[in-house]
Amino acid sequence: MAEKTYRDAIREAMMEEMDRDTNVLIMGEDIGVYEGTFRITAGMLKKYGPRRVIDTPIAEAGMAGTAVGMAMLGLRPIVEMMTMNFAIVAADQILNHAAKVRYFSGGQVDVPMVIRGPQGAGVQLSAQHSQTFETFYGHFPGLAVVTPATPADAKGMLKTAIRGKDPVIFLESAALYGMKGEVPDDLDFTVPFGQSRVAREGSDVTIVSYGRMLQVSLIAAEKLSNDEGIEAEVIDLRSIRPLDLQPSYASVAKTHRAVVVQEQWKPFGAAAEIAASITEEMFDDLDAPVARVTGEDVPMPYARNLELLATPHEPQIIAAVKKVMYHD
Amino acid sequence: MAETTRTSATTIDSAACAPEWTEILRQMIFIRRFEEATEREFRRGKIGGYLHVYSGQEAVATGILSAIQKGDIVFSGYRDHAHALTLGADPCRVMAELFGKATGVSKGKGGSMHLFDAEHGFYGGYGIVGGHLTLATGAAYALRYQQTERIVVCYFGDGAMNIGSFHEAMNIAGLWGKQGMCPVLFVIENNGYAMGTSIERHSALTDLSARVRAYSIQAEKVDAQDVFAVRGVADRVIRQIRETGKPYCIEAVTYRFSGHGAADILQPYRTKDEVEEHRHRDPIMILRNRLREICGLSDDDVKKMEDDAGERAAQAVKFAEESPVPDPRELFTDVVAEHGPQPETES
Repeated sequence: MAEKTYRDAIREAMMEEMDRDTNVLIMGEDIGVYEGTFRITAGMLKKYGPRRVIDTPIAEAGMAGTAVGMAMLGLRPIVEMMTMNFAIVAADQILNHAAKVRYFSGGQVDVPMVIRGPQGAGVQLSAQHSQTFETFYGHFPGLAVVTPATPADAKGMLKTAIRGKDPVIFLESAALYGMKGEVPDDLDFTVPFGQSRVAREGSDVTIVSYGRMLQVSLIAAEKLSNDEGIEAEVIDLRSIRPLDLQPSYASVAKTHRAVVVQEQWKPFGAAAEIAASITEEMFDDLDAPVARVTGEDVPMPYARNLELLATPHEPQIIAAVKKVMYHD
Repeated sequence: MAETTRTSATTIDSAACAPEWTEILRQMIFIRRFEEATEREFRRGKIGGYLHVYSGQEAVATGILSAIQKGDIVFSGYRDHAHALTLGADPCRVMAELFGKATGVSKGKGGSMHLFDAEHGFYGGYGIVGGHLTLATGAAYALRYQQTERIVVCYFGDGAMNIGSFHEAMNIAGLWGKQGMCPVLFVIENNGYAMGTSIERHSALTDLSARVRAYSIQAEKVDAQDVFAVRGVADRVIRQIRETGKPYCIEAVTYRFSGHGAADILQPYRTKDEVEEHRHRDPIMILRNRLREICGLSDDDVKKMEDDAGERAAQAVKFAEESPVPDPRELFTDVVAEHGPQPETES
């Protein structure tokens, strides 16, 4: 174990896999000579050369689509989207091609590829650069959608993604790039998809989240413990597709109350899916309707005060917990 | 870079009478009979969805695919039956796919637009116009990255040249070609229409080869009703692609005799006279006449080819009809890898 940042964990995962398997390569905009907008790929061009670290034109559909073709022929391409907001340009390639060619070919090809990049709000990037996409991609069969909340998960899940056989949407929280945490050194350390975990034990209420909001939920849980004497159990979903809700159900069986936290818009969101599933499975155990904490239903504004109002923070989570516990 | 040239076979040498040309004629006739059978079966309600038939364009599939080698990879749009068949896909299994049967080349999960036969080098049938051009470009990169001499052939229509992925694919192919990393033959099947919108109405610059050359990719135009001309160009440029790892584009000027799809009955975008005029340049007729005149192909030989083709098409229909529908459990297979999204245990 060593302490590493989320950013370094991602770079290490890629470089270890590129060392291990020459079929792994990476392409993206300004990832080589420029070394990456977020410096995730720093040093990679120098080490692996331009055939394996490919600087592309600004052409997201071209990047994603060529990756599909490479993957169908046995390579394991990683596509870095400068931010996941830009990947919308590649929606046809990802949703109509990557996610479906295995199925409509009757299983004749694997599509081992990773589309990864940062997402989320928090640094005044306004409407086109602050979105999150787990709900969007989570809707589509044929994709895996993962949202690591810690450096260890970032590394272990990226390795799983690179070693897999299907397209993976790997959603990094830009706000977590500098976060430090313990990361195992084992070169074969992987974290499977579809296995959520208890991030904090508690007995009074269940908070379900993922990605950056998992970290916000943990802070809220500490405040609840210190200020209110409420012990929240916090579940980290880790992947949205496949979605493992068993630990959430087990927790609700104990606490009888649940709050689901997501960063983006409430309508038709991941939190709606999770809350509905908990309600379907655990209806008799629930002492209160499942609450959702989400961002406001507006495009992200630029002004700092408005941006803060648009995104969820600890106070909203604390308020939701108090509500399901009838403390308000 | 070469100017736009219209290649045609002006001289026929003795190689024109090579047995291979008889095989190409046989294949072109078979494609026509097969497509006629699919139209009949569509009208009988045996084939669902969309059905885009190839009649009139046979020289494009056969002229080029007879020039490639085993191991080469082919991508196509949704007018894909002829490409799969010419590569060697079993006609019975192709027809079964159109019938939505378990014995289909894609297990009945793809249909007419998504034929797929990896074993014979056919990497699909894609239904989003222009979307597969990027896949073909990436596949070509992979073949060079793996240090093979295999190439990719990517078919698309003139209508695919106005969507973003066309331009992104061409630019990337042009760039990668400069490093010798993009051995792909782009084949524009220019049949003059994007569905019902004529080329003059859909393309600001109607010289399609020139549009490809804008991306630093060599391109030339060929009269694609003449399979000799198509094959002549194909032999030359495929050799060049294999040697250089650079992309190349053939604009195959052709014509589709049937509607855009089986539901395109009225065809208000073109006149009957126009279609009739083009029937005088039927690629099958052109090759047949040439083999008759120069190589002594007899009427009996042709009749036998026609009969055999009809018989094989009928057999395919019979096979498709008698095949079982997919098991309901197939609904949930092939969505993701069988073991799920986990890494496989290292052996």
